[in-house]
Formats: sequence, structure tokens, C-alpha cells
Amino acid sequence: MSEKPLFVTRWTPASKLSAAIAVATIAALSLLPLFFGANVTERLTTLFVYIILAVMWNALAGYAGLVSVGQQMFFGLGAYAAIRLSYSGMNAYAATVAGALLAGCTALPLSSFILRLRGGEFAIATWVIATIAHLLVNFDPLIEGETGKSMIALNAYDATARQAINYWITLAAMVLFLILVFALLRSRVGAAVQAIRDDEHAAASVGVRVMAAKRLIFIVAAFGCAAAGALWLATALTFQPRTYFGIQWTAYMLFMAQVGGLGTFEGPIIGAAIFFVLEDRFGATGVWYLVGLGLAATLFALLLPRGIWGTIEDRYGIQIMPVGYRLRFASTGGKSSKQTTRWSARANGDPHRV
Amino acid sequence: MIWLDQVIQGTLLGGYYALIACGLSLMFGVMRIINLAHGDFAILGVFAVWLLVVQTGISPFLALAAIIPLMGLLGWALQRWVFERSLRAGPLVPLLATFGLAIVIENLLFEAFGADTRSLAPEIGDLAFDSWVLTDRISVGHLAVLTFATAVVVLIGLHFFLKWTVLGRAIRATAEDPDTAELVGVNSRAVYALAAAIAVATTAVAGTFLAMRATFDPYSGPAQLIFAFEAVVIGGVGSLWGTLVGGIVLGVAQSLGAQIGPRGFLLTGHLIFLVVLAGRLFLSGVDSHAVLRRGLPGLNRSRSP
Amino acid sequence: MSLLAVEQLDARHGLLKAVRDVDMHVAEGEILALVGANGAGKTTLLRTIAGAHHPAGGRILFDGRDVTTLRAHERVARGIALVPEGRRLFAGLTVEENLRVAGDAGRRGRWNLEALLEVFPMLKARLKMPAGLLSGGEQQATSIGRALMTNPRLLLLDEISLGLAPLAIDNLYRSLTALFSSGTALVIVEQNLSRVLGVATRVCCMLEGRVVLETDAKLATRQQITDAYFGLRQDALREMRS
Repeated sequence: MSEKPLFVTRWTPASKLSAAIAVATIAALSLLPLFFGANVTERLTTLFVYIILAVMWNALAGYAGLVSVGQQMFFGLGAYAAIRLSYSGMNAYAATVAGALLAGCTALPLSSFILRLRGGEFAIATWVIATIAHLLVNFDPLIEGETGKSMIALNAYDATARQAINYWITLAAMVLFLILVFALLRSRVGAAVQAIRDDEHAAASVGVRVMAAKRLIFIVAAFGCAAAGALWLATALTFQPRTYFGIQWTAYMLFMAQVGGLGTFEGPIIGAAIFFVLEDRFGATGVWYLVGLGLAATLFALLLPRGIWGTIEDRYGIQIMPVGYRLRFASTGGKSSKQTTRWSARANGDPHRV
Repeated sequence: MIWLDQVIQGTLLGGYYALIACGLSLMFGVMRIINLAHGDFAILGVFAVWLLVVQTGISPFLALAAIIPLMGLLGWALQRWVFERSLRAGPLVPLLATFGLAIVIENLLFEAFGADTRSLAPEIGDLAFDSWVLTDRISVGHLAVLTFATAVVVLIGLHFFLKWTVLGRAIRATAEDPDTAELVGVNSRAVYALAAAIAVATTAVAGTFLAMRATFDPYSGPAQLIFAFEAVVIGGVGSLWGTLVGGIVLGVAQSLGAQIGPRGFLLTGHLIFLVVLAGRLFLSGVDSHAVLRRGLPGLNRSRSP
Repeated sequence: MSLLAVEQLDARHGLLKAVRDVDMHVAEGEILALVGANGAGKTTLLRTIAGAHHPAGGRILFDGRDVTTLRAHERVARGIALVPEGRRLFAGLTVEENLRVAGDAGRRGRWNLEALLEVFPMLKARLKMPAGLLSGGEQQATSIGRALMTNPRLLLLDEISLGLAPLAIDNLYRSLTALFSSGTALVIVEQNLSRVLGVATRVCCMLEGRVVLETDAKLATRQQITDAYFGLRQDALREMRS
């Protein structure tokens, strides 16, 4: 057999270009408030929050294999902590940041407990704990049950300034979390987590520290959702437990991640964009919109489990953001092989699989 | 004495929890699937019963009898079109698909029936109020006793079915080892469909009793799922009778908690659940990642080492 | 016409080819010994014939009809039964329930609970015990019995001696004498060559997924079989290089 030197590369010309485009886009976005009014910035802020939520849920489900039906817990706690802190005298935006951090910290003790569960048990347990968090927040006399409380401290800023600041800190948070998740997925933890997702026992048998990897992803996702909640409050101004702790947030996250592309880096961003557009156009139709979301998520889960971007990635072998590895042969000027080998389960012989 | 009264009420409430939980337990025991739309199926069933009652004026019990086979059919369809596909695609897909389904069901019900809470209590006349007075402080409602009795009957029925019938044996074999069951001639897909049909049919029964005791609305589903799961975790070491025990513990905890405050009812229930869950996770060692045990609930099993 | 005809069968585990281009025939009433080292593909071959494993290529014909796409339980209905490697009893069910499950699902015929207990009298006392608590030999007897309850025309036995003490193996083979002369076609995978050659009519040796020797049991010499087993035959070597 002839010798062909193999190179393992992470960046391709395509991905280098995309990274450059991404940086340019972020730079352009940060200049946006200077040229566009509150109408545009406020809607983009919403989109940024959606992106954060989608990326976090995808990190949990698509990469770590953890289907959480309780992320709204951190969303709600982030907002709750923010409003609580602002009422004890903190500056509104300091409270937003501090609230997000505090709420994210609840994931630390929680993770060692709940990550011992898997699959459906993990899913429902997260739902139960989110319900408990909601109940406990209801107890706070400041919150007055479900009547809702405004984050009055935000009135210290006039509307235009507030919207601009919201825009910038949400953009910053989104970029921060995107970089964090990107770095995580590129690192040893990312590989570990995907190995766990594919086969936990096999991963453990080759030395992957399963619990540690899951914990990291879980904690990052918690901070992300907590930040999203606090940021949402900064824009929405009012905190009502039922809205922030509602299960609809999980429905949104599931839709965005599943439709966009579960298990890919770019997928949730695309999913968030789709969700944003749909909500803009159809959100007012009320329940039919939700029915549509649920139906789409179900159909995608059954028929197109890799989502839009995942399917494109698989079919054309392209990948924009370099979270994986590529094999290249030295002699043939750079034509690289397919990034992942996806043998069909059918050929594997298992008659129970498609 | 108040405490005794609460314990009795809680125990009877446990009957309802056992009813809503047994379907979840069955489906998990046979197919290792947790149906996140389990509670919503119960609500769907009870809306169907309610509709039938309101349109035709027949008793809710008769309506339930009519709806049960339809719900069974729904379970069969669920297995055939959702679970069969999902099982092949990996452990995530059933969760994602059933959650999507839950959203669809809740909102379709809202679209059809609106947000009003409804109840079947008006349809059962005196049954909703009558009670047997045991002492001057303790009385037990006829309905509560009937619910508990129904739960016991359903559990006995399931136990008998699983232990003594041909289909029941086939279900137990498939639950243990679907691969080998196929090799001895059992059609595992048909078995799964049957188990799903039974599980969904039981949710209709549970939902109806919920509606007779209290109110329901399109978004009541998730709460029932949570109660069912809690009951299974608390009592079910993979046994159907465990769900009765779990239901009773949950019910008693809730009833006692209600004495403390208005939100104490739910909170104590969740607390007991967390304590038992933590106990199961930490006491049985790091390796037991499954709180809901594998294999079929219902019968005492001694496992080989 | 053969009862079982396997044509150019390929079977894989992921990317690993476990069975390569295998042709095999079993006639009615014949006893075929399937031998080979561990990992040769014998278990995969049997499981593919029984329908527990999906082939990547080739055909399986039973009684002249193509059964390649049939699921395992449908093949049981036609008369193929497998005693799986490692017994795979339903540990939570009693011995009797293990047998009855197969009996309910399989075909009617001469094998029923009474007939089985005549062949395996040691199970009489164990009928109500959970199958997981039995000894190795009893479990193996139950597993074979379970497959027999489906009244197969072709019975595939995968490593029935595995994990059993020599005495237990002796007892097992003694019990099975009735089976060996019953006219049921058998494919026996067995590590112990002398034992299986004593009962077989033909022998087939596999190596790395291929059939490297197929001959009449009476005609095959020990040397021939050992060579094929370890891959010392020229044909086998040549095949592997291509």
C-alpha cells in the first residue's frame, strides 16, 4: 500500500472566511444603534436573546444529549434575581448582570444532583425543579404572587438610552456566550461531550470524565439562560413569574434548536432567526402559532432529526464554523474527505433501526 | 385528629395519583419511553368525555366507557407513528417528539374549548358531595373512595393481565428483551402498540376522575405528568403496586402540607419527591442512573446476579 | 431442494464486515456443524438467518421462499428458531413462562411442555422458579426448550456449551439425543469439535467472515478442519489476500 501522509486540520478556507464574516457582522451590529431607531434595536435585542436561548438548549440537547424541559427555571431566576437586586438599591444594569450571575450559580449544587439522571427522567426532573422554583418565587412578598412587578430602577434611564444600552449588553452577552460555546465545543470537553452523547458507557471506558463534562455544559447553559432572562426583563420592564417561568420558553428553545439544526453550531442561530421571523408574522394569531411550533418541532424530530442546518451539513459535507476535525491528504492539493462518517444504522445490522 | 383526617384524605388522593401514574409506569417499563404528553392525553380524554356528556346527557361513567377504546386507538397510533420512528432514531427523539405533541394538544384544546376551567362534578350529582361520616371530625367522600377503589381495580386488572394472560406474558418478555422476544416469535411492535394503547387508555380513566373531583382546562396536562412521575419515583421500584404506594405517599404529603399554607400543598409534595429522588440516587450508588427501573412494573422479580 | 439456502450473504457491525459473501445450504433433517474461531462470524451468521440482524447484502431462502426481509418473529412462524449465544432467557419470568411465551407465539407441533419435560426432566422441579436463578446447565436446557416450543423445522444452536462444566455439557448432549434423531434440521455452532462432529452430517468452517471449508462430516479429517479453522489452507489464504 502506498503511503499518503494525513493531516488533521481544523480550519478550512471556507471556515476562515466565515469567521472573518462573523467578526465583521458583529462589528456592524455594534454600530447599529447609531443609525437605526428603537424599533430596529428593540427587535434585534429580542433576536439576540432568542439566539442565546437556542444555543444554550442546543448545547445541552444536541451536544450533551440532555433534554432539559426546565431551562425556564434559570430564565426566571435570572430575571427574579435582577429585579430583587435592583429593589435593594443596586443600579438597574448592575443588577441585571449580577442577577444573571447569581441565578446561574444555582446550577452548581443542582448539577451534582440532577445530572445523575438521564433521558426522560432528567427531562421531567428539570421540569419539576422549574415548577418548584416558580412556586418559591411566588412566595416572595415583593413579587406579590402573579401580579407582576416593574423594574422601576430602569426608569433612571430615558427610553432611547435604555434601548441602546439593552441592545449593547444583549449583543455583548450573545457574542460572549457564542464564543464560550464555540471554544467549549472545540476543546477536549466538546469532544468528550459528543462522545458521551453518542455512547456514555463507551466514552467512560476510554477515560472520558463523563460527569465533569456534563456539568460544565449544564452550568454554562444555566448561566446563558439566566442572562437571557435578566436581559429580557431589561427590555420587557415587568417581571411576572408565570411569564418567565412558563414552559413556553422550553417550547421555543426546542423549536429553535430542533428546526435549526440539533447538534450543530450554526443550527440554533438559524433556528432562532426562523423563530424570530415566524413570531413576528404569526405571533399575534395566538394558539395556532403555538400549534404550528409544536407540530413543526415534532415533525422535525421524527423526519428531519438533524434539523435544517444539520441536514445540509450532512448532505453536502460542508461546515462553516470549525468545531470538528477534517482529514486531508498531503499529495492531492487539499481535497479533504467528508468530515464525519455517518454509516447508516441499517448497514450496522440492527433490525430495530431504520 | 386533624392529622388523621388529612392522612386519610391524602391516602384516598393517592388513588388518583396511582391512576395517572400507572400508564406512565407501564409505558416506561415496556418501552423505556417517557411520554411527555402523558398528562395532556389525560386531559384530551377528559375533554372527550366531557363533550360526550354535555352533548348526550349520559353519565360520565358511560361516556368514559365509550371513550376508553378510542383512547386505546390513539395510543396505538402514537406507538405506530411516533414511537416506532423515535425508538429507532435514538433516546432524544421520543422526548422531543412527545414534548412537541404536548404543545400541539394543549393549544388545539385551547382553540377548541377556550381557557375556561370545567368540571365533571356537576354531572355526577350527589356523588360529588356525599360522604360517609366516620367520626365527628373525619368523613370520607364517596367519590374519593370510588377513585381509590378504581385505582386498585385497575392495578389488579393490569397485574392479572400481565401475569396470567398470553398477551401479558408476551409484553413482559418484550419488556425484558425485545430482541430475544422476537426470536421466539413475539411480534415486538404489536406488543409495544398494545402497551401504548393500554397506557393511554388508563390516562382517560385518570383524567375523568380528576374532572369529577376538581376542575380541568387545556393546560392542566403538565401538572398531571409531574404528579405521575413523582408518584412513580417515590414508590415505584419498577412495580405497579409501587405506584400506588408512591401515590399515597405523595397524596399524604400534600394533604399534610396543605395545613401549613395555601401553597404548602404542592410544595410538600415536590419536597418529598426530591428527598426520595436524592435518596435513590445517592444511596444506591453512583451506578444507578436509572431511577425508574428497567423491566416491567407489576410483578415481583428476583434478578439473577 | 434445500430447506435453507443462504446466498452471498454479507453482514456488518458498523463498518466491520462480520460475514462476507457466504453461501450455505442445509437440507431437511440435516445436522450442520458450524465451526470456527471466535470472531469468525458464526454468531452473526446465525442471527442474520434468524432475522435478528439485518444483512448488508445477499439472500436467505427458506423452503424455497425469500425470507431476507422478514422480521424475526415472522421467520419463527415459518419454522426457523435460534437458541441465542449466552442463552438470553427472560430472567424475570419463570421457566414455565419462558417456555409458554415461545409456545404461544410459535407453531404447533410435537413439541409442547410435556414433551420438553421428557427431554429435560431436570426442569420439572424448576418450572416455577425465575429463570435468572437457574444453574448454567438448567438455563441452557430452558433456552433450547424455549426454541423447541416454537416447533421449528430448522433449529440454530449457538454455542450451547458456553460457560458450562464438562459434566453439564455431557448431560446436555445426552438429553439432546432425541433431538438429533428427530428429523429437525440443525445448525450447531460449537467450540468442542469432537462433540459436534460426533452428531453432525456436514461440517462448515468459517474464518474471518468467510466459509473456508465445507464438507461431509464423515469425510473430513481432523487435520483438514484444524487447518481451515486456523486459516492454514492455501485457498483460504488466497481468498483473504484478494
